[in-house]
This record gives sequence, C-alpha cells and structure tokens, in this order.
Amino acid sequence: MKMLLVAEYRQGELLESYTELLAFAGIMGAESAMFLTAGTAGELPKFSGRLYLAEVAEFGEYNPDVHKQLLLEVVEKEHPEMIVFSHSSYGWDLAPRLAVSLKAGQISEVVALQDGALVAPVCNGKLRRTMKSRGRITVVTLQAGAFGLADAAVGVPTVIPVTGNAKGNIDLQGYEMAEHGGVDLSKAEIIVSAGRGVGKPENIALVAGLAKALGGEYGASRPVVDSLWVEHNRQVGTTGLTVSPKLYVACGISGAVQHLAGMKKSEFVVAINTDKDAPIGDMADVFAVADLKQLLPLLIEKLQAL
Amino acid sequence: MKLLVCIKQVPDMESKFKVGAEGLWYDRHDLAWLMNEYDEYGVEQAVQLKEQTGADLTVLSIGPEQVKETIKKALAMGCDRGVHIVDDQAHLKDPFEIASMIAEFAGDKGFDLIFTGMQSQDRGSAQVGVMVAELLTIAAVTTVVDFAFVDGQVTVKRELEGGVKAKVASKLPVLITCQLGLNAPRYPTLPNIMKAKKKEMLSLPATDLRKAAALQETMKIEFPAKRSGGLFLEGEVASIADRLIRILKEKTTVLA
Ligand SMILES: Cc1cc2nc3c(=O)[nH]c(=O)nc-3n(C[C@H](O)[C@H](O)[C@H](O)COP(=O)(O)OP(=O)(O)OC[C@H]3O[C@@H](n4cnc5c(N)ncnc54)[C@H](O)[C@@H]3O)c2cc1C
Repeated sequence: MKMLLVAEYRQGELLESYTELLAFAGIMGAESAMFLTAGTAGELPKFSGRLYLAEVAEFGEYNPDVHKQLLLEVVEKEHPEMIVFSHSSYGWDLAPRLAVSLKAGQISEVVALQDGALVAPVCNGKLRRTMKSRGRITVVTLQAGAFGLADAAVGVPTVIPVTGNAKGNIDLQGYEMAEHGGVDLSKAEIIVSAGRGVGKPENIALVAGLAKALGGEYGASRPVVDSLWVEHNRQVGTTGLTVSPKLYVACGISGAVQHLAGMKKSEFVVAINTDKDAPIGDMADVFAVADLKQLLPLLIEKLQAL
Repeated sequence: MKLLVCIKQVPDMESKFKVGAEGLWYDRHDLAWLMNEYDEYGVEQAVQLKEQTGADLTVLSIGPEQVKETIKKALAMGCDRGVHIVDDQAHLKDPFEIASMIAEFAGDKGFDLIFTGMQSQDRGSAQVGVMVAELLTIAAVTTVVDFAFVDGQVTVKRELEGGVKAKVASKLPVLITCQLGLNAPRYPTLPNIMKAKKKEMLSLPATDLRKAAALQETMKIEFPAKRSGGLFLEGEVASIADRLIRILKEKTTVLA
C-alpha cells in the first residue's frame, strides 16, 4: 500500500508526532512519502523516502486552504491509497478538506487496526467502531499516542520542493502562549483532580482538601477550568499540562482521551466515580465506585487522623 | 446578515450503553438525550452575534422526531427559526452524507456565518463542520475558543495543543467550529421557553436533500476490551475510605 503522511510544523519547529505516522505506516507495511510545510533550511523528519517540502515562509504554518491545494498536487504525483494525519488541531482541520476534494472517506481518531480495518472510539471511548472507507483513497487521522515507534526514527529523506500559487482565505495573525506562573503541577508528586462530577464550584474545596490532606496539589479537568472554577494552570490534559505524579486521584472525571493524555504517566491512579463504566477505569489502579461528595470528606477526616 | 447554527442531539455520555441490534451503532432506546455540548457553544455564540448585529438566526438539526426537543432548546436560547431535517437513519450516515445534506439546504440561502460544534460527543469525527464549508466553498476556522466580529470581519482564537492559541482573521462568509469554553452558554428562561413554542419550525424530509452517498462504512461497534488489573472498591463509603487508605499505604509511598 502507498501512503502519504502529513507531518506538522508549528511555531518554527517540526513536531515529533511525525514518528507516530511512521509507526502506523510501519504496522500497515506501507511504502510512504511525506508532506511537510516547514522552514526548508531547518530540521527535517528522519525517514528514508520522498519528502514533499513546502516553504513555510511562503505558505504559512496554518493556512489550510493553501495546504490542501499543495497536498492535492502531491496526491496527483504519488497516488496514495491512504493519507494519514495526526488527530491534532492541524490534522482534524485539514484532513476533511482534503477528503471532500478527493471524495475520499475519512476515518477520524484511529486508535488501532483490526484485520486491516480501522478502529476508532465512540462516546468518549465507551465504545469503539471498526470502519473502512469505500473509495480508492482513505483519509485517516491518528489519535495522539496510539501508535509509536519502538526505536528512534532514522534516515534522510529525498526532498522534493513543492511550489504553487494557491491563495488562502484566512489570515494567521500570531500565537498566544498559555500563561504560566503560580503553581507548577508538572512537578507535584501527588495530584488530586476535580472533574465535572464535583457538580458545583463549592465542592472544589473538597478536592483541594483531599490534596492538602495527602500533602499534594489539586488539579482539574477541562470543563471545571472552562467554568472558571479552577485556573487554567491547573488543567491536566492535551490542552493543559502533562503530569507524572506518584499518585493521581481523579475525582468525578470520566477519563476522556484528552484528559488521559495528560496523566497517563502517573505511577498510581485512583478514580473516584459513580459510573463504574467510566473510561477512567482503563487507567485506574483502584476505582472507588462512590459519590465524591460523600467519600472525600471521610477520606480527609481519616487521613488527618493518621 | 444571516446566520446558521447546526446542532446535534446526543445521548448523555454517563448513560449505560448497549450495542444496537444490527451491531453497527449503540442501541438508541432508554437513553437521556441532550444537545451536543460543543454545539451549545455554537448556539450561544450565534445568539450573541445576533444580539450584537440584529442578524437573522436559523438553527438546524438532522435526526428523528425527537431532535425537535433539542431544536426547541436552541430556539429558547434565542435562535429565530428551527429547521428539522427529518431522518430516522441519521445515526447511520457518515460525516460526508450529513455535511452534504446541510450544504444542500444552505446552498442557496446565502448564510454569512455558520457555526457548528468542533465535533459531536458520540461520533467525535470532527469532520462535518469543515466538510460543510468545503462543499459551500467558504472559509472555515476550527476549534475556536474566542470569537469577535468587528467591521465586517471575524477574528478568532483557535486552540492548539498545550495551551497555545492561534489568532486567525477571516472575511465573511465563514464557518466556525466551536470548542469547549468558547463562551458561557445561557440557560433558557421559562418565558423564553414559552416564546420558543411560537417560533417557526420547518420540517424537511431528508430525501429532499440527500444527494450524496456514504464514503465509509462501519463494520461493527463493540465495547473495548477492559484493561484488567484495576481493583474496584464498592459498598459502604466508610469501608471504601478505609480500604483505599490501606491500599495507598501498601502500594504507594505517599503516606509514608
Ligand atoms: C481538542 C480537545 C482538547 C481537550 N483538552 C482537554 C484537556 O486538556 N483536559 C481535559 O480534562 N479535557 C480536555 N478536553 C475535554 C474532554 O474531551 C472531556 O470533555 C473532559 O475531559 C471531560 O471532563 P470530565 O471528565 O471532568 O467531565 P465528564 O466527562 O462530564 O465526566 C464527569 C464524571 O463525573 C462522574 N460523576 C458525576 N457525579 C459524580 C459524583 N457525585 N461523584 C463521583 N463521580 C461523579 C460521572 O460519572 C462522569 O464520569 C478536550 C477536548 C477536545 C475536543
């Protein structure tokens, strides 16, 4: 099978996620070429194959309509059967545009392969689907971290410059970085996190109280931060922090993949949740099936009495 | 100015799911149904823009009779008119088919701005919004967490990974896919719920809009294999607390 892998470049740097695309291609036994918009004088992906390289100074880091047109030209030359992106802010934005132009089926957030078909999560990972595309070409986005190379990527690509006079319809005006300062959760050894299951802002105190009783810090899932109950510098997950404490206690957190990505390196995970089927169970060493409003005050009391 | 917001009805994700009879989707019986969380942000942003500019705002949803309830919620939040594309088989259609139906409806209406959620909570493909824009050949910006409309131009912040945001500007017409946290979706008030009952609700059979065939197929849906090893603590909370503390003492060093 022939694959076209679409690597990413952001804020002047090549993203490591291209190695996940290579890992996927490896499992599929595919012959792959790669497309990248980047600074042509900078670091290039390590692999042996054709690298279609568009100059970022000309085509921009985020300019999806233009990148689509450049990709369509590469597809003309390579005739891939599969075009593979990361399921990332770049990939889920660009992939469907290409899929429509090519009238290709797109399968999003692939996590595994089963008998050559693609498996993707449904309902926050509670279920999973096996799918395939009907057409000649399949567009795929891969869940971050689902595929990985066993060894470091090696090789030197054969660079083929991509040019064109495509015009975009949007204007990237710059980046805004997350505000830092205050607590640094990435260094905490014990983290107790609050999820939407806390129900109301007053209950954050329970989570913070348990963190204190354990001698740790408190964190939160995204909805809790979006509701302004907890500041963003405590958000765990793909759009927040990646943490690796000795103990992570998830209180009222369902375990969406974007949250798990931020805490899966924790040494020991405790989940406190009323829903026994919550996907956080996949990550938990201990799953307390309980209402956090009842369990947390008891735990705090008992820990303080130790 | 004319606005469209596209919404989907999804089950409460805390539901107990079962595999449906044909094994291709979850069983749709005995579930509580809600407006897709991402779409709530879309409705709120569209309503705010209507309040800012006096624009006309249509809300659209595809699905069986029951999705009318979700359309009514959007009307109570402030949309002017509902469009229900009646389709009992919507849950089996792929993102391209759904997008094609929306584009077929929107094609001759001249919407200046279209809002969708960045993805649905059940299917999570993150494709439909972008595909609608492509089919209508208009601009699209995805994963938006901040939105402003000034001097006929849209300026948004897209959320990237790790807390980084990209500031992006676009002229109209444009489609925006909304990410969690974009705004604070309002709760419909009782008077607005009453008013919503009198608002126009247009029903269109899906067959009128269905011009495209599916590009993908589902072979099966199933429960993922559970990662074994985790210990479940159930029963009395006091006993759970004691057992949990004992485990922390034995298996970790945090209480040492
Ligand atoms: C691009 C993108 C990026 C994202 N980035 C992040 C990120 O960085 N971090 C992040 O966290 N999310 C992120 N999300 C959101 C993510 O998909 C989920 O929506 C989110 O993690 C859900 O948070 P939650 O588990 O707190 O809430 P829910 O999914 O609503 O879960 C609440 C849980 O609480 C349980 N519960 C309810 N009541 C109680 C009770 N009384 N006692 C105990 N348990 C109870 C429920 O059973 C349920 O499991 C992102 C999403 C997208 C699309």
